[in-house]
Amino acid sequence: MDVLWAHSEALTAREVGKAMADRDLAPTTVMTVLDRLTRKGFLRRERDGRAWRYHPAESRDAYVAELMLGALDLTGDRNAALAHFVRSVSGPEAEALRRALSGLHSEP
Amino acid sequence: MITALALTVLAIVCGLVAEALVRARWPWQDPRPAIILWQSVGLTWGLATTGALLGYGLAPYGESVASGLVLIVTGRLPFEPYPSQGVALSAGLTLLSLLIAVMIVATVQVIRARRRHRLLLSLVGRGDPGVPGVLVLDHPSAAAYCVPGLRSQVVISAGTLRLLEPAELTAVLAHEMAHGRERHDLVALPFAALRRALPWSDLVREAQSSVDLLIEMCADDWARRTSSPRLLATALLRFGAAGGAPVPQGALGMGAENHAVITRVNRLLVPAPALPRSLRLAILIVSFALTISAPILWLIPT
Repeated sequence: MDVLWAHSEALTAREVGKAMADRDLAPTTVMTVLDRLTRKGFLRRERDGRAWRYHPAESRDAYVAELMLGALDLTGDRNAALAHFVRSVSGPEAEALRRALSGLHSEP
Repeated sequence: MITALALTVLAIVCGLVAEALVRARWPWQDPRPAIILWQSVGLTWGLATTGALLGYGLAPYGESVASGLVLIVTGRLPFEPYPSQGVALSAGLTLLSLLIAVMIVATVQVIRARRRHRLLLSLVGRGDPGVPGVLVLDHPSAAAYCVPGLRSQVVISAGTLRLLEPAELTAVLAHEMAHGRERHDLVALPFAALRRALPWSDLVREAQSSVDLLIEMCADDWARRTSSPRLLATALLRFGAAGGAPVPQGALGMGAENHAVITRVNRLLVPAPALPRSLRLAILIVSFALTISAPILWLIPT
């Protein structure tokens, strides 16, 4: 995925393999992984002669944003899927916490 | 009829215990026995309420709730129920299937959400040499959480790395790892599901908040075995005050959350003495008695 995100244009499996030459992967391995990612909806592909050209369905940031949405519990209902450290607050309540924090720091 | 009456009384007792637990402050001193008591109250309430309705409906047949339920499901009731008993029977069956269905749906949804989350994490999460075993998300907001499972995964955001001092981060990670190790998600899930089954009930909502808070306190207690409670407290305040992303107004139960943060901070800074041994034992005995009472009543012929 990182290779495809780093390139603006769609790549073939062979090009992806070349970009990851340091990992020494078999061409079939690369193709299998690309195929699986496509089936899961993370990649789109189009025919280019005899090969497929792959490009990411979404930007990396979009996926990070989706994860953070769950992480910050902004999805509306308090879901039980993740265990959060603390749910964040905002506005005057955050201000109250900030005051408590500075009070704590000014103590000896 | 006596069984139905006993189950009704049991359901009411569960409601009263839940009321008392929501108001009580001693659970904060010792969250673990309190969580066990909450679990037994929740389970017993479900079995007692459905059992009371079914028991009343099954009284003319002389069957126990459990055996009567088997007859109903297999369609072998000897005769049609009387009208009033029929209403109780269908109410009991509806409630029982609602509770079971909600539990199943909630579990499936949570499993799906986690699978998707793990998949995305495997694509965009990165390791960080400073925090081994923890995945880092490149996002400026502060977040720290645990994706529970057979192999629980702790995740923090780049914002968290910037927000916290290293020692505070250690405390936060200890807190999250306790969630994963103790599978706190399995404790929280039934209460979240019950909330969805009965969204209008204030008591259920308060029960869920209480259990959630107790779970957090449990993880706080684990973290303070290895870190100073003061560091955990400042981490909590920093997190809360960071305010996450631009939060849509009214999207979160902010007042309650803020209250929960302050409660946890106070508890860390001014620790109350643990409950006496005898009291802990008494709580566990009550929990045990509650948990076995409903199944026993389910087996006694009405």
